[in-house]
Amino acid sequence: MSDEHTQTGTGWPQPAGPARPDGPAGEPDPRPDAPDPDELSPLSPQGSPPGPDEDEAASGEPAEGVAAVAQPAATVSPWRRLSSATVMIGVLLGLLGFTLVVQLKTTSTDSSLTAARQEDLVRILYDLEAREIRLRQDIAALEESQRQLRSGEQGRQAALEEATRRADELGILAGTLPARGPGLTVRFEAGAAKPISAMRVLDAVQELRGAGAEAMQISGGDRATVRIVASTYFLDGENGSLVVDGRRLTGPYTITVLGDPATMRTALNIPGGVVASVAGDGGNVIVEDREVAEVSALHKPRPLEHARPVS
Amino acid sequence: MIAVLALLAGVLLGLWLDPTVPAALQPYLPIAVVAALDAVFGGVRAKLDRIFDDKQFVVSFISNVLVAALIVYLGDQLGVGGQLSTGVVVVLGVRIFGNVAAIRRHLFRA
Repeated sequence: MSDEHTQTGTGWPQPAGPARPDGPAGEPDPRPDAPDPDELSPLSPQGSPPGPDEDEAASGEPAEGVAAVAQPAATVSPWRRLSSATVMIGVLLGLLGFTLVVQLKTTSTDSSLTAARQEDLVRILYDLEAREIRLRQDIAALEESQRQLRSGEQGRQAALEEATRRADELGILAGTLPARGPGLTVRFEAGAAKPISAMRVLDAVQELRGAGAEAMQISGGDRATVRIVASTYFLDGENGSLVVDGRRLTGPYTITVLGDPATMRTALNIPGGVVASVAGDGGNVIVEDREVAEVSALHKPRPLEHARPVS
Repeated sequence: MIAVLALLAGVLLGLWLDPTVPAALQPYLPIAVVAALDAVFGGVRAKLDRIFDDKQFVVSFISNVLVAALIVYLGDQLGVGGQLSTGVVVVLGVRIFGNVAAIRRHLFRA
């Protein structure tokens, strides 16, 4: 603690000599706008009786002599005692309180780190770095597994698409799905002498299969329709009717077939083929091309009892 | 009396507004507060010594704060901000202790 500090207590060197006179009872100088002697004459000796200048400025009136200094507090109203310096002090102290509280609050919010010692901070930092490395490894591992899962998902998706496609194909082949596409309708009209025999229809079906037919159905005169699949059988029924897969159809019969129309038409029209034999029996076969034929009848699949897939 | 009221008003204002200290002021605010406290204690002591002077108080208050902040700033620029802050706090703390001791002697005659 320096000497000058102990003298003033305000951190400012006290000018040589006794202190300047204060107001009565130790109050701050109550006179408004009281000029500081330092300000008026910095070099003048301190502690001298106040000069006329100071009195004049203090009372706001022309000089009345030294007597005015004796009781200045009594002559001014309380509000006028709020000199600019007092206001300034108030403002500064208010600011101090404000900053103090703000700083206290700020410090109390994150006191854990600011109050920590250096070794603790180093240890915390070390821990954090180790944790960061661990977390980075975790991230890498998780990204790797995510990548694997994503590729696995893509593979599964492709497999699912493939399986769906195959299921569609097989469903059409097995007759469990309706199908549409280019094809033919083949209409068998019996002649007066003989009805259309099951053998002729079976011939036609085989011929069409040989020519690349992909889906077929046969419908009778009463609109009953049966899907023709690998296991479909044809029998001659009573009164010239036809039994297909246990259902009884009456003529005329119409086979709707999906496949390449030109090939199938050629196959049906070959010499000694279906058209020729039916015509020989006195019947008639009408083959029509269809841009979009529809095979909508479904075959009910039979549950497999004995056969098991070999995988 | 006015000073105490102003201090209280400032505290209440700080509690009420609850502002956050900008990051740029973060290192200077504690030092400034300590410097201001030093000036306040000095002022109280001067008052008890009956040598209190408004202007001197105001100027010392402001210059204390500014010099303290300036020292910390300089320390930051020189790369010894932490140590210099500690030094400033130590010096101001010593002065506050001295002032408080003087105030105590005045109040309790001991």
